[in-house]
Amino acid sequence: MIFQDYVFYALAAILLFAGLRVITTRNPVQAALFLVLAFFTAAGIWLLLEAEFLAIVLVLVYVGAVMVLFLFVVMMLDINLDKLREGFWDYAPLAGFVGVLMALEMVMVLGSKHFGYSAPEKHGADYSNTAELGRLLYTDYVYPFEIASVVLLVAIIAAIALTLRRRAGTKHNDPAKQVRVKRADRIRMVSMPAEKDEPAEGEQK
Amino acid sequence: MMDALQQLFGPFWPVVWNLAKIVAIILPLMGAVAYLTLAERKVIGFMQVRIGPNRVGYYGLLQPLADGIKLLFKEIILPTAANKFLFLLAPILVLGPALAAWAVVPFDLNLVLADIDAGLLYILAMTSVGVYGVIIAGWASNSKYAFLGSLRSAAQIVSYEIAMGFALVGVLMAANSLNLGKIVLAQAGGFWQWYWLPLFPLFVVYFISAVAETNRAPFDVAEGESEIVAGFHVEYSGMAFAVFFLAEYANMILVATLAAVMFLGGWLSPVPFLPDGFPWLALKVAALLFLFLWFRATFPRYRYDQIMRLGWKVFIPITLVWIVVVGAMMQTPWAYLFH
Amino acid sequence: MMNNAITYDLIAALPEIFVLCMAMVVLLVSLFLSARTLYVSYILTQVTLLGAAFITVSTHIPAVGYAFNGMFVDDPLSDILKLMIYLGTSMVLVYSRSYIALRGMYRGEFFALVLFAMLGMMIMVSGQHFLTLYMGLELLSLCLYSLVALDRDNPRSTEAAMKYFVLGALASGMLLYGMSMIYGATGALELSQINAALFNGMADRSVLILGLVFVVAGVAFKLGAVPFQMWLPDVYHGAPTAVTLLVGSVPKFAAFAFVIRLLIQGLQVLTVDWQGMLIVMAVLSISIGNITAIAQTNLKRMLAYSTISHIGFLLFGFLSGSMNGYISSMFYISAYVLMTLGGFGMILLLSRKGFEAENLDDFKGLNQRSPWYAFLMLLLMFSMAGVPPTLGFYAKFTVLQAALQAGFVSLVIFAVLMAAVGAFYYLRIVKLMYFDEPQDHAPITPSPDMALVLGINGMAILILGLMPQRLMELCAYAIAHSLQ
Repeated sequence: MIFQDYVFYALAAILLFAGLRVITTRNPVQAALFLVLAFFTAAGIWLLLEAEFLAIVLVLVYVGAVMVLFLFVVMMLDINLDKLREGFWDYAPLAGFVGVLMALEMVMVLGSKHFGYSAPEKHGADYSNTAELGRLLYTDYVYPFEIASVVLLVAIIAAIALTLRRRAGTKHNDPAKQVRVKRADRIRMVSMPAEKDEPAEGEQK
Repeated sequence: MMDALQQLFGPFWPVVWNLAKIVAIILPLMGAVAYLTLAERKVIGFMQVRIGPNRVGYYGLLQPLADGIKLLFKEIILPTAANKFLFLLAPILVLGPALAAWAVVPFDLNLVLADIDAGLLYILAMTSVGVYGVIIAGWASNSKYAFLGSLRSAAQIVSYEIAMGFALVGVLMAANSLNLGKIVLAQAGGFWQWYWLPLFPLFVVYFISAVAETNRAPFDVAEGESEIVAGFHVEYSGMAFAVFFLAEYANMILVATLAAVMFLGGWLSPVPFLPDGFPWLALKVAALLFLFLWFRATFPRYRYDQIMRLGWKVFIPITLVWIVVVGAMMQTPWAYLFH
Repeated sequence: MMNNAITYDLIAALPEIFVLCMAMVVLLVSLFLSARTLYVSYILTQVTLLGAAFITVSTHIPAVGYAFNGMFVDDPLSDILKLMIYLGTSMVLVYSRSYIALRGMYRGEFFALVLFAMLGMMIMVSGQHFLTLYMGLELLSLCLYSLVALDRDNPRSTEAAMKYFVLGALASGMLLYGMSMIYGATGALELSQINAALFNGMADRSVLILGLVFVVAGVAFKLGAVPFQMWLPDVYHGAPTAVTLLVGSVPKFAAFAFVIRLLIQGLQVLTVDWQGMLIVMAVLSISIGNITAIAQTNLKRMLAYSTISHIGFLLFGFLSGSMNGYISSMFYISAYVLMTLGGFGMILLLSRKGFEAENLDDFKGLNQRSPWYAFLMLLLMFSMAGVPPTLGFYAKFTVLQAALQAGFVSLVIFAVLMAAVGAFYYLRIVKLMYFDEPQDHAPITPSPDMALVLGINGMAILILGLMPQRLMELCAYAIAHSLQ
């Protein structure tokens, strides 16, 4: 048990550090990379909680796909940091005050004494978190699950509707058409004799 | 002897024992990587009617060693204005996941480092993390060629990961498990029971996506030496470059092994009269790796938009349809095909 | 037994399933239509609304039924609100058809997104579980964000969409945070279980109150109540008017149901706590909405501020905390949606290619251009101001009556005063229409269906104002049979 506690505190410290660096680092690419680190350590903490499916999916989806695309965009942006930071100090006192106030409220409310739960029992080695989650998702929670899929569908439709433009003059070609091309469409066979018939006296020379 | 060692290390024994097991996997793997590079040069040489390396050692067998020593003694050059930390971190980030994924690969019955239930997911997560090394390498190099290469690579890997993931969904549906060992055991019963047959489209999609995911020819636009010199690792030299090189081949072996485990019955023997065992797995992996080399010798490089088209408009629909087919088939009398 | 439960689930959710399938059909069919034949998508969408209405009516029973393990509720309230949503959406489509056609938004995605947004509203209306309520809200919001941005070459729309998206996401986050607090305190996500847990007094109060604050703030954001109203004028103003029409009207039914489900069915035990918050928001909304609206020269912005004040009145019905109050709130929201549809419908009517009739001056001398439409606008403005024979008067009257019965005398007096302030800017439009010279002389030529529906819409405001009993009975029936 002691060992797990150490792991937890180590991960939590890294998570906090990474989370802080996300908002304090000056370089957006580094901020994104710190966010990746934060995701990783959060996944580690979830592993400690026996939520291995969530932990791995967090890495798979957020680290493996979402953040890659994020980095992709951030790297290509030409962000003027000084401009972004304009007015930062004007708002800092108010924002800091609100932030500290919220943090205090949460500390007051979110102590363990307010939630009368004891730690859940540990499961055996043969317990599959993934299978149990799957069973729940596809039976009891099938309705919200389906709505979630509709939300994602709408996100796809909206993204395409907002960005797809058919520009004139792109050099797009249709591979299906390319494959279907026959020789006769592109070239014309012309029968040409290799040599002209030379006058007879030339040969005799 | 084990007991004596256990006594010696006391409470640290589990750590030491696991480290020993990791070394037992990594060392042969590194050897395989070294000789895969030689095999590649030889095979492509023969296909192009050349001899390939034959100077260092008998039949060129010491060539990988010589290459290694050469790279080891070369200087690692840091580009000006490059982000030093990230520049040096990138090769490690490429190699790390490629090695970490081996933790759940079963080599034989019960011969696996970590027999976890969500093994397949773990593999997917690890292979998807590898792209960071490539992106960071390109960005930290402070060079436009490297940057272009890393952008290409990122888009390509993310796109093909989807098709690859869906192909694996078909496997987990068929085997009813995410545990790689159980997936192999679900294919017991000889050559015709392996999943390559009922999941044939997924097998093809998986293998081609694997080629794309490892940035190998004909999908190697991330390197694209004819347009962007060497892509994301153009600024790397010496051992830093060597690590990228190692990672590429380690990844090739990894995806070939996974294909063998998931579609070709892993360590199982194709015929009932021969015993199962690790040599079968090695043989299958070797055959698949040969395909990798064969592709490289045969196909011209894809154009970038064609790569994207293949991934999004061909592979993803194929896998989606086949997942539905598998799901429907499992409700029919033919469900036995999958178990 | 098992199969019966599944069959019941499917029958209860049949309208949702039908709308979902049809939204996808519309999306797919539109891909194969040319610009000339795209009216097929429009007709398919209207048919979908009709079909959904038919299904809802034919599966209606005057009792409460739960489906999908208590995540979905099929009660008279949800059925009647859904019917109102179908009707409202159908009117939105009729009004906006020519407008979107002239602005390059007449695409399959528009209709599909409208249907998906409607699906989100239906899910919210039938939500009985934090998860379904939240997912429905997200589905609706996502569709609305993208619809606002659909006129993508217009920088004003894009800016509005961006603001809407960022603030909406913030609101969703607050809502979710509050829900997680309440979940932590009660250990339940299903509304009836939450209510039971609260009733037994097992939950920790400080956690609950913090959660409640966040939930109310999130809901207020979505409703557009002060002090969470800042997105509303910009979004109403920036969005294409056809989308403003949608954003401003039908989703308010869903928001109404959302409040009923969350605060009344789930957190009834905490009535005293949320009552206080609602009082503050109602007073602020009515005063700030009405006073700021006076300064507006843009009709869309003015209607946005008028919406804020109407939301304040709506909250009056809720904060009285009685059955009567909820019924009057439902009546108010129905009246409000009908008036908003008409109001934005008039803007759409006067707009044409390359011209938006969104400024107050565009309504100058409307009487000389078309006495009939000027009369309709007069009715709408009277109703929004709450002038006696119209629907708006009766709606305000019932809401304030309910608050009065609950003992909020000074609040009611304040609300009446503010309504009088509000009458100023509504009546200013009437003055512009009847006593000023027209600046714009273009003929008003609506399509026959729009002319017909707009006429019915305007007259309904008068007729329902004279005879509100039927609508009142409908609301009473819905509330009485759904809330125990």
